[in-house]
Amino acid sequence: MWKYVVKRILWLFVTMLGVAFVMFTILYFTPGDPAELLLGATATEAEKALKREMLGLNKTYVGQLADYFYQTFIQFDLGTSWVYETPVATQLIERLPRTIGMNLASIIITTVIGIPMGIMAARNQGKWQDYGVIGASIVFISMPNFWVSLMCVLLFSVQLGWLPSSGIGGIQYYILPVLTGSLASIAGNARQARSAMLEVIRADFVTTARAKGQSEDKIVTKHMLPNAMMPLITMLGGRFGMIVAGSSITERIFSIPGVGLYMLTGIGNRDYPIVRGCTLFFATFAAVCVLLTDLCYAWIDPRIKAQYQSGKRG
Amino acid sequence: MNNTVSSTSTVKKKYKKKSQGWQTFKRVFKTPSAKLGGVLLAIIIFIAIFAPLLAPYGPYQMDLLNTFASPSLQHWFGTDAMGRDILSRMMYGAKYSLSLGLLTAFIGTVLGLVLGSLAGYFGGITETIIMRFCDIWGAIPGMLLNIVISASLGSGFFNTILAMSVGTFPGGARMTRGQILAERSKEYLEAAESINASKASIMFKHLLPNVISPTIVQTTMAIGGNITAAAGLSYLGLGVQPPTPEWGAMLSDGTTYINSHPYMLLWPGIVIGVTVLAINLVGDGVRDALDPKLRS
Repeated sequence: MWKYVVKRILWLFVTMLGVAFVMFTILYFTPGDPAELLLGATATEAEKALKREMLGLNKTYVGQLADYFYQTFIQFDLGTSWVYETPVATQLIERLPRTIGMNLASIIITTVIGIPMGIMAARNQGKWQDYGVIGASIVFISMPNFWVSLMCVLLFSVQLGWLPSSGIGGIQYYILPVLTGSLASIAGNARQARSAMLEVIRADFVTTARAKGQSEDKIVTKHMLPNAMMPLITMLGGRFGMIVAGSSITERIFSIPGVGLYMLTGIGNRDYPIVRGCTLFFATFAAVCVLLTDLCYAWIDPRIKAQYQSGKRG
Repeated sequence: MNNTVSSTSTVKKKYKKKSQGWQTFKRVFKTPSAKLGGVLLAIIIFIAIFAPLLAPYGPYQMDLLNTFASPSLQHWFGTDAMGRDILSRMMYGAKYSLSLGLLTAFIGTVLGLVLGSLAGYFGGITETIIMRFCDIWGAIPGMLLNIVISASLGSGFFNTILAMSVGTFPGGARMTRGQILAERSKEYLEAAESINASKASIMFKHLLPNVISPTIVQTTMAIGGNITAAAGLSYLGLGVQPPTPEWGAMLSDGTTYINSHPYMLLWPGIVIGVTVLAINLVGDGVRDALDPKLRS
């Protein structure tokens, strides 16, 4: 087991290096001169050359890559924004609680509402509850999430005036972003939970439990759920990382100064340290989520745990 | 006597007509929801193809005396800031949104299939390199990759397709490889090898048809998601841009006037939703028909 954990953590570092390399390369080959964008069209050639020199942009690809890797992975410095001239790491730390908090609230809501809905649908397969859940979930999965958010802003902020439409402040500023951002995930969770439950509902061990006269509630909680939870946990853990990485759109709609919005401003300004810092953060975060999920998986499922312990995997 | 022979031959013919493709088709559209999806999708595709004949106005035809007209008999969905007819623009836009979804899913799938089959079939160092690369590439969340690549390539229809297709292949590659590993030790492959079939012919003629079902399911399910993701990119100002009448671009155009003219935002969103819903319903049918786990 420990061998496996260590191996996975080492692989996490390799992934970080790989992601940093990929992102650096994509941005390096992006057309357009950052120096010109920073100084404006009126800057003279000498000024631009000076700026390039200052930012280290006049070096070759390999030189710049080496600089970037040295700075990031040896000095643990994510660099300084070219436009705002503030350290990227400071900004990330300041913005992080908003992005993570929002998405954490969202994933809790999605789980608490979505999974019971799916279980209910599966237990009433073919009845109206089932059709209701399937129908509603496929509709919510199909609608563009940001559009639903915009429509809710229109209804609850512009028309009814109940909630603020954008910005940050008290908790009321987060209600709309969290709720509207959760709708599609609730639907996705319900669908997944339903199919996970349906897979175990006809399993032999359930028939056995019924045959020995176990109560229906106990069958669900003690026999079905532990088995159905497996795919759900994988999905939730992996999804959390993905959702955090996808928070740019929600943050743009509601003008929430989180990491996602920071990355978008970085992209708009060709402010590469910001983009590199944010992407590295997002990718690492997602990878850590997947890693933790896999470990949970091994911890919860005795079959997988036994595999690691006997050394068949890892 | 003669009669019976001819009737058996017609029976045979009928049996032959019900080819595998037709049977699969019937299985896909077995449920009412898949039928509904199929009909909706057929209508949308019809509109996309015949938009120039069906649309009452041109997609770029401006009428500056008639800007921000509310929905009326002349302009069913109203007009936008340039007085362009929103209904006509949406009809012309159908082809962009549909082909965005289809092409990105298709290119992503083909990339994944090729890489996955190479890794699964050859094994060894090829497999290690391909799979490790997929691991790293797949560790970057999809939306993040979409945003960064489309920012790097610049906006526009083809750049968006490119940006979105390269984000999806690691999952497909992993799946194909797993399938091939499961399939590799089976007898029919040994038989093909023993009659000295070439590696390419074994891979494409024997192996791929047996591992392709989950990939088809995955691709169908990806189309809908890709359409909404493309709309999201447009909203961020990175995907297809106005004045192209792509639905996502029209949506992002509409957000400027969200307070004064909300219907500009309403229609594209509803149409994207209905289209993706239709695709997802058909996708569910495809999954039910092809997924070996559900087939029993």
